[in-house]
Parts: sequence; structure tokens; C-alpha cells
Amino acid sequence: MSVVVKVEEKLFQNRYKVDSGRPHISIIEEDKCRNACQSHACTVCCPAGCWTMEGNGNVTVISDGCLECGTCRIICDEHHNVSWEYPRGGYGILFKFG
Amino acid sequence: MVEKFDVIVVGAGPSGNSAALRLAQAGLSVLQLERGETSGSKNVQGAILYADALEKLIPDFREDAPLERHIIEQRMWVLDDDSYIGSHYRSDAFNKQPYNRYTMIRSQFDKWFSERVQKAGALVICETTVTNLLLDNQRVIGVQTDRQGGEIYADAVILADGVNSLLAKKAGFHPELQPKDVALAVKEIHFLPQELIEQRFNVKDDEGVVIEMVGKITKGMMGTGFLYTNRESVTIGVGCMLSDFKKQNTTPYALLEQMKAHPAIQPLIQGGEMKEYTAHLIPEGGYNAMPDLYGDGWMIVGDAGMFVNAVHREGSNLAMTTGMHAADTLIELRKEGKEFSKTNLKRYQSKLDESFVMKDLKKYKDMPDVFHTNPQFFNDYPEMLSKAARTMLTVDGVDKKTKEKEIRHDFRRRRSLFGLVGDAFKLWRAFE
Ligand SMILES: Cc1cc2nc3c(=O)[nH]c(=O)nc-3n(C[C@H](O)[C@H](O)[C@H](O)COP(=O)(O)OP(=O)(O)OC[C@H]3O[C@@H](n4cnc5c(N)ncnc54)[C@H](O)[C@@H]3O)c2cc1C
Ligand code: SF4
Ligand code: SF4
Repeated sequence: MSVVVKVEEKLFQNRYKVDSGRPHISIIEEDKCRNACQSHACTVCCPAGCWTMEGNGNVTVISDGCLECGTCRIICDEHHNVSWEYPRGGYGILFKFG
Repeated sequence: MVEKFDVIVVGAGPSGNSAALRLAQAGLSVLQLERGETSGSKNVQGAILYADALEKLIPDFREDAPLERHIIEQRMWVLDDDSYIGSHYRSDAFNKQPYNRYTMIRSQFDKWFSERVQKAGALVICETTVTNLLLDNQRVIGVQTDRQGGEIYADAVILADGVNSLLAKKAGFHPELQPKDVALAVKEIHFLPQELIEQRFNVKDDEGVVIEMVGKITKGMMGTGFLYTNRESVTIGVGCMLSDFKKQNTTPYALLEQMKAHPAIQPLIQGGEMKEYTAHLIPEGGYNAMPDLYGDGWMIVGDAGMFVNAVHREGSNLAMTTGMHAADTLIELRKEGKEFSKTNLKRYQSKLDESFVMKDLKKYKDMPDVFHTNPQFFNDYPEMLSKAARTMLTVDGVDKKTKEKEIRHDFRRRRSLFGLVGDAFKLWRAFE
């Protein structure tokens, strides 16, 4: 049984204070994602669907819906290709319940 | 003027709040820094609160802590695709005050805890991310924050910054976490009328039910699912090791969605209004994966130090207890007029060794390895169990002896007799 899920619908319930123009997660070397990485695990395992494999083979990250879990950083253990910081104080996800 | 405190605590989760409370109560000057809007706004838990650890810090917590329900029934389910087999333990002994376990909602609980910390006299500053530790050789002398002129000094820094533990990593105190040592959990909260929850779970007043689940819901990955009752909501979630998510190429929210659709689970959450979706890591590497816990001018407490007992789903209580021991170490040293050097902070380790924290973590130290190397516990066994139960319970004219033979045959076909015995032995050794 496979269920189609739109993560956007889930994230829509959450509260965020986005730090516009200051992403706290970025790719260190885009070329590595495209040519060296086999798994592209970030694009599958991010619980907020922030990582996308584009049609042209590029991997991109948009961290607006990020839940600040750390998965993408740790799961990229062969290439260590994720630059990952917490957002500035007060910004990012604001859990209502947690 | 250079700002200087006796102690800086980074993070206002249960570990940081416990440490800060204790230190402030003893009269030390404490600055606590939290990146969230408030204490709790970045934090995620199931959430079961174990009274014992909190009671040691705040004996009267039951008077005003935001508690949801006290647990009177624990269900353990092993699920396959369309069934579950399991045990329920319910006892009226759990209805006697003082209660031992409660459900709670972390953002509310942490906020309450933080108010206690502030009342005790600690200076708590939120919306401030600590970006680096200030080092003088290998000695921690303060922190750098993301505020202007953000350098602040202290005799000791307690790192209560949670599972990602970025600060200790940047300072070179320990390496990056490995995917095999952390679980990723995703979770939702569904609101339902209070009476409906009480009907569905067969409870009244503040009574609550906990359901812990293993089996096909994790698609063979090492992990568990859970469903907890709050007063007017239920939380439902599933967590698996990151290494397994990666290996099996699985999307966490799809896994959660499939779990929610399971015929044994769906009726329990039906009609609820989902109001938040969260994700968080849990450090489950256990004793063998623990980092160094102290050094010159610094100590690590809570999730940042891998203080989680995954077998028993305990984390917040270990966080509180380690926070308390770290604070007590500093309080004692200060009284004795001793500095917060690595040699003197060894006392923190001794306190932990004597407490349930290290005893439990040592006891289960082989557990993660056993499960990592024996995936049958998460895929074959749930199916085998379920099939066995179904075979025995279906009345279809086949005699029971033949049925037993069929079950035995099925078990052996899927896992040699040698394998079955070996598994039992491995589990026993790890639990022993
Ligand atoms: C889904 C899930 C279910 C769980 N269920 C249970 C359960 O039922 N019972 C149980 O006992 N445990 C449970 N746990 C474990 C428990 O939540 C943790 O063990 C506990 O929260 C650890 O507390 P902590 O204070 O060490 O870390 P955290 O609670 O993570 O707190 C760390 C704090 O530090 C702050 N911070 C981090 N970095 C910085 C920085 N650089 N600057 C400023 N602030 C910073 C964060 O914002 C956060 O507030 C569960 C965990 C999860 C994810
Ligand atoms: S796993 Fe790492 S290297 Fe691979 S695509 Fe993702 S960020 Fe790039
Ligand atoms: S930290 Fe977690 S939620 Fe944020 S982008 Fe990385 S994997 Fe996704």
C-alpha cells in the first residue's frame, strides 16, 4: 500500500519566522551532489522536503520549511557537503506544541 | 565592562533548565541562553514525563506544571500490515497519588520550567543563538553569540544544546554524529474532544494510555512507533535510525502516513484535527557512542551527551538528572574553593557513574549493535508472530496440533532453528 503525501500540507500547520535572505543551510560544493553522490539521501530523508533533485541533476535546498532536525547534515556522511547552522536567535521553526 | 558569570548554560530544554535552576538556587550567577523564542519553542518530545527525576529538582511540581494525563495503561503492540498482537498492562495502582508518569506538551512544559528557573534567580535570555565557544588554549572561557558585541565570559559553560551538539563539535571536543547513532522521529498532534478520547481509550478524568509499537510500521528499519493520549489531543509518531532511512531510501512523512492508515491505528485518530507536524533527532547510540563529557571549563548534559535510554524510551529524565549532577559538581567545587578544571570536573563523571543514568546505559550498551546487525527483529518476527496468532485463532476445522506444526514450520523456514535460538540468546545477553 502506498500513500501519497504532500508534506506542504503538514508544514502548513506549523508556525515559522523565516529569516528572509539568510538561509541557515547550504550546499558546500554543488558539483559533489551532482557528480560524486550516489544516494542523494537528503532529497529522500529530509522530513520537511526541503531538498530537491532537479530534472537536470542539480540538487537544491530551500530551508524555509526546515524543522531544524539536523538529518541532512548527518546523513551526508560520505561527502560532508552540507553547511549547517542554526537560524539566528528567534528565527526559524516555532513549535506550538512540540 | 566585560560581562562575566559564574556559569553560562547553553540551551533551555530539560537538561539546561535543570542545571540552571540548581545553580541559581545555590546562589551562583547564571546566564542561560536559548535560541528559541521561548524555552520550548524548538523542542520536541512524545511526550512522557517521568516524575521521579523532576521531583528531585522541583518537589512541588504537580501543583502548577502543565501536565496532561497520568498513565494508567501501557500497551505494547507488534504490528504487521493488517493486524497487531500485543500486551496491555493496566493497573489501578497507577491511579494512586503521587503519579509516576504523565503525558505533557513540551512547548508548554519547558516554558513552565523556565519560569521556575527565572524565579530562582538565573538570567534567561531567549532568541539568542550561541555561535561558538570562546577558548583559551583548550579551556572554555565563555561564549560567542549572534547578538552584537556578543562575547560573554564565565568560569564554566554547560552545554545543554541538544542532540546536534554543534558547539562541542566546532570546538573539536567530539566528532560529527554518525547516522547509525541517531534516530529521526516524525510526529503529529491531533486534537479531539476530551470525551471522545476518554471513550476511545477507555479512561476517565486525567487517566491516560500509552501505546508503544514495533513491527511492519517501520518497514524493517530499526525503530518504533508511539501513540500517547493528552487531555484533548493525541500525539502519534514514528522514529527509525538514520542509517536505515538512508539504506532503505525512505521518506519519513510517508512512513508516518502509512502508520496512521494502519487498520489498528486509524480508528484511534479518526476525526482529529492535525495541528502540528514536527521532526527531531534522538541520540540512540548508547553507552558506546558517548562523547567526552567534560573538560577544562565545560561540561555536556542531556541529549548533547547521548544521554538517552532507547530501550525504555527515556531521555528527558536523563537530561534532568545529568543537568542536576553537572550543577551539583560546580556548586560543590565552588564551595570548596576549587577551580572548574578538567581534573576537578571528573567528579561529574563519578556522580553519573553512581546514578541510574550510567548504570542503565552500561546495561544496554550492546543493544544498538544487536538490533543493527539483526534486522529480523523488525521485519520477520512481527509477521511470524501475527501469522501464528491468526492461525491459532481462526476456527476452520483444522486441528490445533496441525496448526502448531504449521507455525513451527513457518518459523523455521523463515529463520533456521539455530537462528531463532541465537536471536533469543543475543537479546537475552543484551538485556541482561
Ligand atoms: C519524538 C520524540 C519523542 C520522545 N519521547 C520521549 C519521552 O516520551 N520521554 C522522555 O523522557 N524522553 C523522550 N524523548 C527524548 C527527550 O525529548 C530528550 O531526551 C530531551 O528533550 C533532551 O533534553 P535536552 O535539554 O538535553 O535537549 P533539548 O530538549 O533538545 O534542548 C536543547 C535546547 O538547546 C537550545 N539550543 C541548541 N543549540 C543552541 C545554541 N547554539 N544557542 C542557544 N540555544 C541552543 C535548543 O533550542 C533547545 O531549547 C523524545 C524525543 C523525541 C524526539
Ligand atoms: S547527500 Fe550530500 S552530497 Fe548527496 S546530494 Fe545530498 S547534500 Fe549533496
Ligand atoms: S535540518 Fe532537517 S528539516 Fe531542515 S533541511 Fe535538514 S533534514 Fe530538512
